[in-house]
Amino acid sequence: MRRVYMDNNATTPIHPEVMEALKESLGLYGNASSHHSFGMKAREKVEEARASVARLIGAEPEEIVFNSGGTEGNNYVIKGLTCAGRTCAIRPSGNHIITSATEHPSVLNVAKCVESFGIEVTYLPVDKYGLIDPDDVEKAIKDSTCLISIMYANNETGTIEPIEEIAQIARKHDILFHTDAVQAVGKIPVDVNELGVDFLTLSGHKIYGPKGIGALYIRKGRKICPLIDGGHQEMSLRAGTENTLGIMGLGKAAEIAAREMPQEKKRLTALRDRLYEGLAERLEETRLNGHPTNRLPGTANIGFKYVEGESILLRLDMEGIAVSTGSACTSDSLEPSHVLLAMGVPPEEAHGAMRFSLGRENTDEDTDYVLEKLPPIIQDLRQMSPLYAKK
Amino acid sequence: MQYSAKVLEHFRNPRNMGQIEDPDGVGEVGNPICGDVMKLYIKIDDDKIADVKFETFGCAAAIATSSIVTEMVMGKPIDEALKISARAVAEALDGLPPIKMHCSNLGADALKAAIKDYRSKKAAARASQ
Repeated sequence: MRRVYMDNNATTPIHPEVMEALKESLGLYGNASSHHSFGMKAREKVEEARASVARLIGAEPEEIVFNSGGTEGNNYVIKGLTCAGRTCAIRPSGNHIITSATEHPSVLNVAKCVESFGIEVTYLPVDKYGLIDPDDVEKAIKDSTCLISIMYANNETGTIEPIEEIAQIARKHDILFHTDAVQAVGKIPVDVNELGVDFLTLSGHKIYGPKGIGALYIRKGRKICPLIDGGHQEMSLRAGTENTLGIMGLGKAAEIAAREMPQEKKRLTALRDRLYEGLAERLEETRLNGHPTNRLPGTANIGFKYVEGESILLRLDMEGIAVSTGSACTSDSLEPSHVLLAMGVPPEEAHGAMRFSLGRENTDEDTDYVLEKLPPIIQDLRQMSPLYAKK
Repeated sequence: MQYSAKVLEHFRNPRNMGQIEDPDGVGEVGNPICGDVMKLYIKIDDDKIADVKFETFGCAAAIATSSIVTEMVMGKPIDEALKISARAVAEALDGLPPIKMHCSNLGADALKAAIKDYRSKKAAARASQ
């Protein structure tokens, strides 16, 4: 049976070159902070990787702090800047933060957490495409605002936010700006200086690197309370012995992403568009959830009316096809995707939304295979559905 | 999701899926907003469930539950069918993941709703005679 993995926004397979680099380095065990040759060898590799990640986003190496991934980076920024109740040299400059209703749980749930100790949070609404209006950001700013955090590209729909405009507004009002760029880095060009961001989160396993590694970009001169204290690793900004293997994997992945991005961007956009158009041709009452063009190259969130996502997902899995869904049945609550709901998608339709996130291993044959297998599945499930008017 | 082989079998090959042209009772439970709707059609003959069909909008557990409920009640006397509990439905499927147990409730509820509909239609018919 053909196996088609179209869930690259969830995670990606490790790139063959990254795998080679990792295999070669398995024997490299020195602690990068040790001052003997075992340690220095590891240190050299860590700094090489740091430079590679910095290059990918147009930053200086000393602005890159390695960590365990996107979730840690997001926790770090939101908790570090609203550090209420702790006394240290870095005092928060206010107690209000602005974010969006469509952020990843590692931003939303952290925002809810800091709300519980007195921080005020504004969750900005989005339009039907999932876009934030920069004017709404400006209107929400008050004297007590100390952070604005808006994700660069949405993990469920792929919609790309106007980060540059929002960063300009933040700068105008002298407010720190963070973007969760986990889904954007490596897929579309991201330059921290062109954008004007103060903090940026990225993750290794979204760009064909290993899981459990990521980096936080911290603009030179910005002060923030570290999330994890201890030794002096990562310029005393993130304690803990360096995850040398993970870091090397991330560095290699970053190098490859920079190299393959222009081509992949074009190829995946074409593949994704062919997939959506093909499905819309074959199945009535199909909708695209997300911006039609201003979207990540490989992402298509497609809603099929009258049927439910988990049943579609399992039927596709039985054919060897892997995707994800916004249905509540695959979460721990009865609520479907908060992103789709925020975009105004009716709940019963949000339950029938499937996310296809294509990546470097997907081909035209994969798209053909999905176009062959999915329509009969939807038709079957529609025949079974009390919501569908049978002909 | 860890589903039993029984659940997956009923999901892949649901029994008695469809509508009944001239049903004696129809029960619809659930809510599209929650992602779960079950509709059961029954035909009654001599106080027994002569035929039953289902339509479901929902996950694999919802579909499997609907399918097995139809198997469990086919040909049974109404009063016996009414005794079928959510737990019996889940057991018949060799168990459901804890987060899916509410689907077995829906299955039992749809059946009870269909029988209630049949009985109230019958009572209304008698009253108008």
